[in-house]
Amino acid sequence: MSDPMAHRIAAATPPALAHRIRGLSDRAIAWVFVAPTIFLLLAVNIFPLIWTIRLSLTDFRTNRPNNPVKFVGIENYRKILTDADTWLSLQATAHFLIWTIVLQVVIGFALAYLINKKFRGNDLWTTLIVLPMMLSPAVVGNFWTFLYQPQIGLFNYVIAFFTGADPSSFSMIGEVGLAPWAIVIVDTWMWTPFVMLICLAGLRSIPPSIYEAAECDRASKWRQFWTITIPMVLPFLMLAVLFRGIENFKMFDLVVQLTGGGPGATTQLVSIDLKREAFEKWRTGYASAYAVILFVTVFGLASIYVKALNKVKDR
Amino acid sequence: MSFLSGLLRLRRGPWEMLATILIALGVVMLMQPFALVLFTWSFPVTLVGTVMFIITSHFPE
Repeated sequence: MSDPMAHRIAAATPPALAHRIRGLSDRAIAWVFVAPTIFLLLAVNIFPLIWTIRLSLTDFRTNRPNNPVKFVGIENYRKILTDADTWLSLQATAHFLIWTIVLQVVIGFALAYLINKKFRGNDLWTTLIVLPMMLSPAVVGNFWTFLYQPQIGLFNYVIAFFTGADPSSFSMIGEVGLAPWAIVIVDTWMWTPFVMLICLAGLRSIPPSIYEAAECDRASKWRQFWTITIPMVLPFLMLAVLFRGIENFKMFDLVVQLTGGGPGATTQLVSIDLKREAFEKWRTGYASAYAVILFVTVFGLASIYVKALNKVKDR
Repeated sequence: MSFLSGLLRLRRGPWEMLATILIALGVVMLMQPFALVLFTWSFPVTLVGTVMFIITSHFPE
């Protein structure tokens, strides 16, 4: 204990407490430090999970707390998995998930590749590109609603400029065929900078000496890109896909603000459907079963994804 | 052949592979737009895969 700070802390510890701590083994002290975290984890994650699984096997309704709660077994699960509307919600979620991830990864990587090159105003452009992800989803949803307005919306006018169509002839958030794409565009606009930042971290972690060695071996830029850049950025890309995948699977605020799940149920993602079952129809048991199904799906996917990520990192 | 013998000898690799296939199959069944019956059976498939993955990750290499 040569550190004066450590001396001061030791001097400030009340003698009774110091005596008690001195009597503890290293293992016990480790437990003392870890216990609050374990307790928090149990209270915040594990207990609600067990409680949700328990509720999913009952017909409990939060708006009727005095009604007797009946055990219904797997009836809630059977109802959900034979419901065509739930199936449509999952299809809408799949459309949203696949397209947002593909677009964000492609555009995010391309932007990172450009930003990684040294040019005048590099920092300014990085700041400008990163701005959308700093905004609140409620704000983004609100102003994109204005941008998508058929009469005054800038988006319609830009499309009209390039295609020659009448700007008021289509409504991005009011048409069944366009609304799913409207939410994909907004989420891509907002979260591509996040993927770009992760890719940028990956690109900047590649030692220049590898490229110099490749130059000495007369490898073309194209070959350097596929045999050095892509393999070394791949773990970062996979991490970005994992983060965005989990985040978009539970996407709620942005879509509610933009379309409210409509028109019809074309943009009713699973989280919106779940919220309606739980807090509009008050079918708590049913909603709990729904949540358990989504949890198992995300957990399973995340497990195999983390395994794949570790394999790529070990390579 | 080595895949089958790995399964019989309770080795982690082949069992994890089987669990991974089940999870992926379950997720595809959950989100596909073709048949409601596949959607109905998606959750049991994913659940079996996930539980199998958790258990088999403790098997020896």
